[in-house]
Amino acid sequence: MREISLHILDIAENSVNAGSTVVRITIIENLNKDELIIQIEDNGKGMDEDTVRKITDPFVTTRTTRKVGLGIPFLKAAAEACQGGMVIDSTPGIGTTISVRFQHSHIDRMPLGDINNTLLSLIVGYPEVRWIYTHQVDSREFHFDTEPVREILGEISFSDPDVIKYLKGTISQGINGMAVR
Amino acid sequence: MNAIKSLEDLKKIREEALAKRKITETSGATQVIVGMGTCGIAAGARETMKAILDFIEEKNLPNIIVTQTGCIGLCEQEPIMQVVSGEQQKVTYGKVSGEVARKVMQAHVVEGHVVEENVIPV
Repeated sequence: MREISLHILDIAENSVNAGSTVVRITIIENLNKDELIIQIEDNGKGMDEDTVRKITDPFVTTRTTRKVGLGIPFLKAAAEACQGGMVIDSTPGIGTTISVRFQHSHIDRMPLGDINNTLLSLIVGYPEVRWIYTHQVDSREFHFDTEPVREILGEISFSDPDVIKYLKGTISQGINGMAVR
Repeated sequence: MNAIKSLEDLKKIREEALAKRKITETSGATQVIVGMGTCGIAAGARETMKAILDFIEEKNLPNIIVTQTGCIGLCEQEPIMQVVSGEQQKVTYGKVSGEVARKVMQAHVVEGHVVEENVIPV
Protein backbone atom coordinates (compact mmCIF):
# COMPACT_ATOMS: atom_id res chain seq x y z
CA MET A 1 0.00 0.00 0.00
CA ARG A 2 1.60 3.18 -1.20
CA GLU A 3 -0.74 5.75 0.29
CA ILE A 4 -1.30 6.68 3.93
CA SER A 5 -5.02 6.97 3.13
CA LEU A 6 -5.09 3.28 2.15
CA HIS A 7 -3.53 2.38 5.51
CA ILE A 8 -6.18 4.51 7.22
CA LEU A 9 -8.86 2.51 5.37
CA ASP A 10 -7.17 -0.70 6.53
CA ILE A 11 -6.92 0.30 10.21
CA ALA A 12 -10.47 1.65 10.23
CA GLU A 13 -11.57 -1.72 8.86
CA ASN A 14 -9.98 -3.33 11.95
CA SER A 15 -11.96 -0.92 14.14
CA VAL A 16 -15.21 -1.96 12.48
CA ASN A 17 -14.33 -5.65 12.87
CA ALA A 18 -13.71 -4.98 16.58
CA GLY A 19 -17.35 -3.92 16.91
CA SER A 20 -16.80 -0.15 17.16
CA THR A 21 -19.80 2.17 16.93
CA VAL A 22 -17.73 5.39 16.94
CA VAL A 23 -14.44 5.81 15.09
CA ARG A 24 -12.45 9.06 15.15
CA ILE A 25 -9.91 9.62 12.39
CA THR A 26 -7.61 12.55 13.01
CA ILE A 27 -4.89 13.86 10.72
CA ILE A 28 -2.63 16.64 11.96
CA GLU A 29 -0.17 18.22 9.56
CA ASN A 30 2.09 20.58 11.46
CA LEU A 31 4.45 22.07 8.93
CA ASN A 32 6.37 24.17 11.50
CA LYS A 33 7.20 21.07 13.51
CA ASP A 34 7.60 19.10 10.25
CA GLU A 35 5.21 16.47 11.57
CA LEU A 36 2.38 14.39 10.18
CA ILE A 37 0.28 12.61 12.78
CA ILE A 38 -2.45 10.10 12.01
CA GLN A 39 -4.68 8.88 14.80
CA ILE A 40 -7.49 6.32 14.65
CA GLU A 41 -9.46 6.00 17.86
CA ASP A 42 -12.29 3.50 18.28
CA ASN A 43 -14.62 2.20 20.97
CA GLY A 44 -14.34 -1.42 19.87
CA LYS A 45 -13.59 -4.44 22.02
CA GLY A 46 -9.92 -3.48 22.57
CA MET A 47 -6.93 -5.75 23.11
CA ASP A 48 -4.85 -6.89 26.05
CA GLU A 49 -1.12 -6.04 26.26
CA ASP A 50 -0.06 -9.36 24.87
CA THR A 51 -2.24 -8.99 21.78
CA VAL A 52 -1.02 -5.42 21.19
CA ARG A 53 2.55 -6.70 21.28
CA LYS A 54 1.68 -9.49 18.87
CA ILE A 55 -0.19 -7.46 16.21
CA THR A 56 2.95 -5.53 15.33
CA ASP A 57 4.59 -8.87 14.57
CA PRO A 58 3.86 -9.83 10.94
CA PHE A 59 3.42 -13.48 11.80
CA VAL A 60 0.52 -13.04 14.17
CA THR A 61 -3.11 -12.51 13.24
CA THR A 62 -6.46 -13.32 14.85
CA ARG A 63 -8.13 -13.84 11.53
CA THR A 64 -9.05 -17.35 10.54
CA THR A 65 -9.44 -16.67 6.83
CA ARG A 66 -5.75 -16.03 6.17
CA LYS A 67 -2.69 -16.70 8.26
CA VAL A 68 -0.68 -13.47 8.07
CA GLY A 69 -1.82 -9.94 9.01
CA LEU A 70 0.48 -7.37 7.46
CA GLY A 71 -1.34 -4.03 7.58
CA ILE A 72 -0.12 -2.81 11.00
CA PRO A 73 3.52 -4.02 10.76
CA PHE A 74 3.91 -2.41 7.32
CA LEU A 75 2.59 0.93 8.51
CA LYS A 76 4.79 0.81 11.61
CA ALA A 77 7.88 0.09 9.50
CA ALA A 78 6.97 2.89 7.08
CA ALA A 79 6.65 5.40 9.96
CA GLU A 80 9.93 4.27 11.56
CA ALA A 81 11.69 4.73 8.21
CA CYS A 82 10.54 8.39 8.31
CA GLN A 83 11.89 9.45 11.72
CA GLY A 84 8.57 8.56 13.30
CA GLY A 85 6.81 5.59 14.80
CA MET A 86 3.61 3.96 15.90
CA VAL A 87 1.98 3.80 19.33
CA ILE A 88 -0.95 1.49 20.09
CA ASP A 89 -2.96 2.21 23.19
CA SER A 90 -5.68 -0.32 23.86
CA THR A 91 -7.88 -1.38 26.75
CA PRO A 92 -10.13 -4.45 26.60
CA GLY A 93 -13.77 -3.37 26.66
CA ILE A 94 -12.91 0.31 26.08
CA GLY A 95 -11.29 0.58 22.67
CA THR A 96 -8.08 1.12 20.76
CA THR A 97 -6.16 4.19 19.67
CA ILE A 98 -3.45 3.85 17.06
CA SER A 99 -1.19 6.87 16.57
CA VAL A 100 1.34 7.10 13.78
CA ARG A 101 3.87 9.87 13.33
CA PHE A 102 5.96 10.71 10.26
CA GLN A 103 8.47 13.44 9.53
CA HIS A 104 6.29 15.46 7.14
CA SER A 105 9.08 16.35 4.69
CA HIS A 106 10.85 12.99 4.78
CA ILE A 107 11.83 11.88 1.28
CA ASP A 108 10.55 8.34 1.91
CA ARG A 109 7.21 9.37 3.37
CA MET A 110 4.39 7.98 1.29
CA PRO A 111 1.78 10.55 0.22
CA LEU A 112 -1.49 10.93 2.10
CA GLY A 113 -3.15 10.01 -1.20
CA ASP A 114 -6.84 9.94 -1.92
CA ILE A 115 -8.21 10.55 1.56
CA ASN A 116 -11.52 11.72 0.03
CA ASN A 117 -12.26 8.26 -1.29
CA THR A 118 -11.10 6.54 1.87
CA LEU A 119 -13.65 8.59 3.82
CA LEU A 120 -16.44 8.13 1.26
CA SER A 121 -15.81 4.40 1.21
CA LEU A 122 -15.95 4.07 5.02
CA ILE A 123 -18.98 6.34 5.48
CA VAL A 124 -21.07 4.66 2.78
CA GLY A 125 -19.70 1.17 3.38
CA TYR A 126 -20.30 1.18 7.14
CA PRO A 127 -23.34 3.41 7.64
CA GLU A 128 -24.00 1.98 11.14
CA VAL A 129 -20.69 3.42 12.41
CA ARG A 130 -20.40 7.08 13.47
CA TRP A 131 -17.35 8.47 11.67
CA ILE A 132 -15.72 11.61 13.06
CA TYR A 133 -13.01 13.05 10.84
CA THR A 134 -10.73 15.91 11.83
CA HIS A 135 -7.98 17.15 9.56
CA GLN A 136 -5.70 20.02 10.49
CA VAL A 137 -3.10 21.67 8.32
CA ASP A 138 -1.36 24.19 10.60
CA SER A 139 -4.19 26.48 11.77
CA ARG A 140 -6.77 25.35 9.21
CA GLU A 141 -9.19 22.60 10.15
CA PHE A 142 -11.84 20.43 8.51
CA HIS A 143 -14.18 18.56 10.80
CA PHE A 144 -16.86 16.15 9.63
CA ASP A 145 -19.14 14.07 11.82
CA THR A 146 -21.63 11.62 10.28
CA GLU A 147 -23.99 11.75 13.28
CA PRO A 148 -26.02 14.82 12.20
CA VAL A 149 -26.13 13.45 8.64
CA ARG A 150 -27.55 10.15 9.90
CA GLU A 151 -30.10 11.95 12.09
CA ILE A 152 -31.44 14.03 9.21
CA LEU A 153 -31.46 11.22 6.65
CA GLY A 154 -33.21 8.75 8.95
CA GLU A 155 -34.00 5.60 6.94
CA ILE A 156 -32.57 7.01 3.70
CA SER A 157 -29.45 5.06 2.66
CA PHE A 158 -25.98 6.61 2.45
CA SER A 159 -25.75 5.02 -1.00
CA ASP A 160 -28.68 7.06 -2.36
CA PRO A 161 -27.32 8.92 -5.43
CA ASP A 162 -28.04 12.39 -4.01
CA VAL A 163 -26.49 11.46 -0.67
CA ILE A 164 -23.33 10.21 -2.45
CA LYS A 165 -23.16 13.53 -4.27
CA TYR A 166 -23.65 15.43 -1.01
CA LEU A 167 -20.95 13.43 0.83
CA LYS A 168 -18.46 13.78 -2.04
CA GLY A 169 -19.09 17.52 -2.26
CA THR A 170 -18.84 18.15 1.49
CA ILE A 171 -15.64 16.11 1.83
CA SER A 172 -13.85 17.60 -1.16
CA GLN A 173 -14.89 21.14 -0.21
CA GLY A 174 -13.52 20.57 3.30
CA ILE A 175 -10.24 19.02 2.17
CA ASN A 176 -9.67 21.57 -0.61
CA GLY A 177 -10.39 24.34 1.88
CA MET A 178 -7.22 23.41 3.73
CA ALA A 179 -4.91 23.41 0.72
CA VAL A 180 -1.88 25.61 1.26
CA ARG A 181 -2.53 28.94 -0.45
CA MET B 1 -17.95 26.52 4.62
CA ASN B 2 -21.55 26.94 5.59
CA ALA B 3 -22.38 23.81 7.56
CA ILE B 4 -25.93 24.88 8.42
CA LYS B 5 -26.81 25.44 4.80
CA SER B 6 -25.41 22.06 3.88
CA LEU B 7 -27.53 20.29 6.51
CA GLU B 8 -30.56 22.09 5.05
CA ASP B 9 -29.56 20.62 1.69
CA LEU B 10 -29.56 17.21 3.33
CA LYS B 11 -33.17 17.65 4.50
CA LYS B 12 -34.17 18.35 0.90
CA ILE B 13 -32.28 15.25 -0.22
CA ARG B 14 -34.21 13.20 2.33
CA GLU B 15 -37.59 14.49 1.15
CA GLU B 16 -36.76 13.83 -2.49
CA ALA B 17 -35.41 10.37 -1.71
CA LEU B 18 -38.57 9.51 0.23
CA ALA B 19 -40.73 10.61 -2.71
CA LYS B 20 -38.64 8.54 -5.15
CA ARG B 21 -38.80 5.55 -2.83
CA LYS B 22 -42.61 5.49 -2.94
CA ILE B 23 -42.47 5.06 -6.71
CA THR B 24 -39.84 2.31 -6.75
CA GLU B 25 -40.88 0.48 -3.57
CA THR B 26 -42.25 -2.59 -5.36
CA SER B 27 -38.93 -3.43 -7.06
CA GLY B 28 -37.01 -3.95 -3.78
CA ALA B 29 -33.44 -2.95 -3.00
CA THR B 30 -30.32 -4.48 -4.55
CA GLN B 31 -27.39 -5.04 -2.23
CA VAL B 32 -23.81 -4.55 -3.44
CA ILE B 33 -20.95 -5.61 -1.17
CA VAL B 34 -17.25 -4.80 -1.65
CA GLY B 35 -14.50 -6.75 0.15
CA MET B 36 -12.30 -4.25 2.00
CA GLY B 37 -9.88 -6.37 4.02
CA THR B 38 -6.12 -5.65 3.81
CA CYS B 39 -5.95 -8.00 0.81
CA GLY B 40 -8.81 -6.21 -0.97
CA ILE B 41 -7.43 -2.74 -0.27
CA ALA B 42 -3.98 -3.74 -1.53
CA ALA B 43 -5.57 -5.13 -4.72
CA GLY B 44 -7.46 -1.87 -5.42
CA ALA B 45 -10.85 -2.33 -3.71
CA ARG B 46 -11.13 1.38 -2.91
CA GLU B 47 -11.15 2.13 -6.67
CA THR B 48 -13.79 -0.59 -7.15
CA MET B 49 -15.93 1.06 -4.47
CA LYS B 50 -15.40 4.47 -6.09
CA ALA B 51 -16.45 3.15 -9.51
CA ILE B 52 -19.66 1.70 -8.01
CA LEU B 53 -20.57 4.91 -6.16
CA ASP B 54 -19.75 7.06 -9.21
CA PHE B 55 -21.99 4.82 -11.33
CA ILE B 56 -24.92 5.14 -8.89
CA GLU B 57 -24.46 8.91 -8.80
CA GLU B 58 -24.11 9.32 -12.59
CA LYS B 59 -27.08 7.10 -13.47
CA ASN B 60 -29.09 8.39 -10.51
CA LEU B 61 -30.01 4.89 -9.31
CA PRO B 62 -32.13 4.69 -6.17
CA ASN B 63 -32.68 1.55 -4.04
CA ILE B 64 -29.13 0.20 -4.10
CA ILE B 65 -27.47 -0.48 -0.78
CA VAL B 66 -23.67 -0.50 -1.02
CA THR B 67 -21.71 -1.84 1.94
CA GLN B 68 -18.21 -3.08 2.72
CA THR B 69 -17.02 -6.24 4.34
CA GLY B 70 -13.69 -7.62 5.59
CA CYS B 71 -11.61 -10.45 4.12
CA ILE B 72 -13.79 -13.37 3.00
CA GLY B 73 -10.87 -15.76 2.46
CA LEU B 74 -10.47 -15.45 -1.32
CA CYS B 75 -7.55 -13.01 -1.23
CA GLU B 76 -6.15 -14.09 -4.62
CA GLN B 77 -9.45 -13.06 -6.26
CA GLU B 78 -9.55 -9.55 -4.78
CA PRO B 79 -11.00 -7.02 -5.37
CA ILE B 80 -14.25 -8.91 -4.76
CA MET B 81 -17.77 -7.60 -5.34
CA GLN B 82 -21.00 -9.37 -4.44
CA VAL B 83 -24.49 -8.64 -5.70
CA VAL B 84 -27.74 -9.70 -4.03
CA SER B 85 -30.68 -8.79 -6.20
CA GLY B 86 -34.19 -9.31 -4.82
CA GLU B 87 -34.84 -12.98 -4.07
CA GLN B 88 -31.88 -14.21 -6.14
CA GLN B 89 -28.84 -15.93 -4.63
CA LYS B 90 -25.74 -13.91 -3.85
CA VAL B 91 -23.40 -13.71 -6.87
CA THR B 92 -19.66 -13.23 -6.21
CA TYR B 93 -17.40 -11.53 -8.75
CA GLY B 94 -13.57 -11.68 -8.63
CA LYS B 95 -10.76 -9.38 -9.80
CA VAL B 96 -13.23 -6.52 -10.05
CA SER B 97 -11.39 -3.50 -11.41
CA GLY B 98 -13.24 -0.20 -11.73
CA GLU B 99 -14.07 -1.14 -15.31
CA VAL B 100 -15.47 -4.57 -14.36
CA ALA B 101 -17.45 -2.94 -11.53
CA ARG B 102 -19.16 -0.60 -14.00
CA LYS B 103 -19.93 -3.55 -16.29
CA VAL B 104 -21.48 -5.52 -13.40
CA MET B 105 -23.47 -2.48 -12.25
CA GLN B 106 -24.95 -1.98 -15.73
CA ALA B 107 -25.55 -5.63 -16.69
CA HIS B 108 -26.44 -7.23 -13.36
CA VAL B 109 -27.74 -4.47 -11.11
CA VAL B 110 -29.57 -2.40 -13.75
CA GLU B 111 -30.53 -5.01 -16.39
CA GLY B 112 -30.62 -8.16 -14.24
CA HIS B 113 -28.15 -10.32 -16.22
CA VAL B 114 -25.34 -12.03 -14.32
CA VAL B 115 -21.91 -11.29 -15.90
CA GLU B 116 -20.83 -14.94 -16.13
CA GLU B 117 -17.20 -14.38 -17.24
CA ASN B 118 -16.38 -12.52 -14.01
CA VAL B 119 -18.23 -14.81 -11.57
CA ILE B 120 -16.06 -16.83 -9.20
CA PRO B 121 -17.13 -20.01 -7.36
CA VAL B 122 -17.47 -19.53 -3.60
